[in-house]
Amino acid sequence: MTDVRTDVARDLAHDLAGGPGATGADGQGGIDARRVSWTVDGRLILDGVDATAPPGAVSGLLGPNGSGKSTLLRVLAGVEAPSDDATRVAFDGADLLGLGRRRRARVLALVEQDATTDLPLTVLDAVLLGRIPHRSLLAGDSARDHEAARAALETVGTSAFAAREVATLSGGERQRVHLARALAQEPALLMLDEPTNHLDIAAQLDTMRVLRRLADDGVTVLAALHDLSLAAQTCDHVVLLSGGRVVAAGDVHDVLVPDVLDDVYGVRTEVLTHPRTGRPVLAFSPRD
Amino acid sequence: MTALRTREAPRPAPVSTGAGTAAPARRGAAWWVPVSVAVLVVTVLVAVTIGPADLSVGDVWRSIAGHLGLGGALGLEPLGALQDGMVWQLRLPRILTAAAVGAGLAVCGVVMQSLTRNPLADPYLLGLSSGASLGAVLVLVVGWTVLLPVAAFGGAVLALVAALGLAGAIGTITPTRTVLAGLAVSQLAAAATSFVIFWSATGDSYREILSWLMGSVAGATWTSVAVAGIATLVLGTLLASTGSVLDAFTFGDTAASALGVNVPRVRWLLLVGVALLTGALVSQSGSIGFVGLILPHAVRMLTGARHRLLLPLSALFGASFLVWADTLARTVFAPRELPVGIVTAAIGAPVFALLLWRGRRIA
Repeated sequence: MTDVRTDVARDLAHDLAGGPGATGADGQGGIDARRVSWTVDGRLILDGVDATAPPGAVSGLLGPNGSGKSTLLRVLAGVEAPSDDATRVAFDGADLLGLGRRRRARVLALVEQDATTDLPLTVLDAVLLGRIPHRSLLAGDSARDHEAARAALETVGTSAFAAREVATLSGGERQRVHLARALAQEPALLMLDEPTNHLDIAAQLDTMRVLRRLADDGVTVLAALHDLSLAAQTCDHVVLLSGGRVVAAGDVHDVLVPDVLDDVYGVRTEVLTHPRTGRPVLAFSPRD
Repeated sequence: MTALRTREAPRPAPVSTGAGTAAPARRGAAWWVPVSVAVLVVTVLVAVTIGPADLSVGDVWRSIAGHLGLGGALGLEPLGALQDGMVWQLRLPRILTAAAVGAGLAVCGVVMQSLTRNPLADPYLLGLSSGASLGAVLVLVVGWTVLLPVAAFGGAVLALVAALGLAGAIGTITPTRTVLAGLAVSQLAAAATSFVIFWSATGDSYREILSWLMGSVAGATWTSVAVAGIATLVLGTLLASTGSVLDAFTFGDTAASALGVNVPRVRWLLLVGVALLTGALVSQSGSIGFVGLILPHAVRMLTGARHRLLLPLSALFGASFLVWADTLARTVFAPRELPVGIVTAAIGAPVFALLLWRGRRIA
């Protein structure tokens, strides 16, 4: 996987030749999104969001239901077009939305919520779908495609059921397969929408551990998360949305504080410190 | 699950591309391509010898060899004009038309099922075939025979837009809503077709209505072979080469978009291609049901869900399937002929019921 990602970095550097340098010490790497707006039926869902996700870190996108987390991911990933011309999304200094679709799909992978199929698709075939942006439309799977798919299966620990059908998997197993499919894209930027939804706690921690490992390998990871406690335990950087605007962003220790959370969620928050990891542990109670 | 939790090394070991990891049994599915080609060739060669007329296999071959200019070279005596006409003017065009229509409809079924993520989608159930029939009948009544395929295409497009529009108007487009909307469109178009024929036809209007609504290749000529054959070769090949794009739709529109596909453009291009092909086929054969529905499902059992093999194999097996269905239609109750749609429905409707039962979660 390491080699693979070096390739991608080189690819990207090549793709983006002429642009500002990649992940440098100047902090310009990763995602830098400015004035992201999105409206549907005249309703403003995202209202000039500025958000960043540093390279080599796991960034969490947090916020109450309907705050615009999923929509922001979809706009950043180029699935939805922003409704404002002023919107700029830079990745490692280059214009992400300006890339062609296929080229963008070689840089960026998106893991959706609850994607499923009724077709008789094996896990290996599902993961090989991630290779589509990397080959010509008429070509079949190359040895290189199989290598990337197997490496991705290995990374998420699903090699054992490569031959099983996706429809027969449990929710947690299926989520891993989607993660593997995204990894087969060999992305430098990985976005995930609620990757831990419906998973038991062990599977949640497993998923976050995979994300951590990818970040350590230099991938920029941005995950929309519902669970504040999980985010507090596992994210480096968080962006907190409310009503389509950014309320706070930065280090978990600075953002996940009582004043901010009480205000956004309408609850009472206590922040404790995890005795072993030193990370924040959140405890909530209703506001009287 | 355990695999990941217990692994110490943060990075995966190099993975061999060999047989270490269990590969799906379907890897060998490529072998079905030569098999399906052989099946089709044998099907055509055998089907052309089957029939009520008093012809021997040898007679049939003498006729074909004669027309291919091989008669002299092989030292064969030419066949009598009547018998020769039966083989060359009736049977062969009919069989080749059936093959082209079967192949084209099967490809249409695969493409529609993928793009709409609906296991029940096919040109017949979604009303495209009935719309195409209506378009065809309308120009025939007016006498603009030249416009036949164009009008059928127009009818198919209108029916497609109506069915998807209606399904969307009910709410989120689910497979069941799409089929219900298709049913409404299809019934309306069928009723209109019947009405137009009743209003205008002087002769045997029942037979004509039946052949448009149930489908028939009984009247196929070499012109039918040309229209259906060229449409299937050109449009069918184009559609069948979109395997990677259709694969990208496996997990839905967002996933396809994230894999680099321009979803709205691709969807409309391919659906228009399907409507074009359906129109051309229906203009020659009427609306034959269930080929586009059942062939893709049967072939997926051999190839799995990916499209690279599914598309060509569906076409090749679809061709053989319809040739045999038509052979049954013309021989089982000989000298009476059934519309071939009765045979495909007799086979397809139970399969449709099975799919409904299997897919009951998705309703």
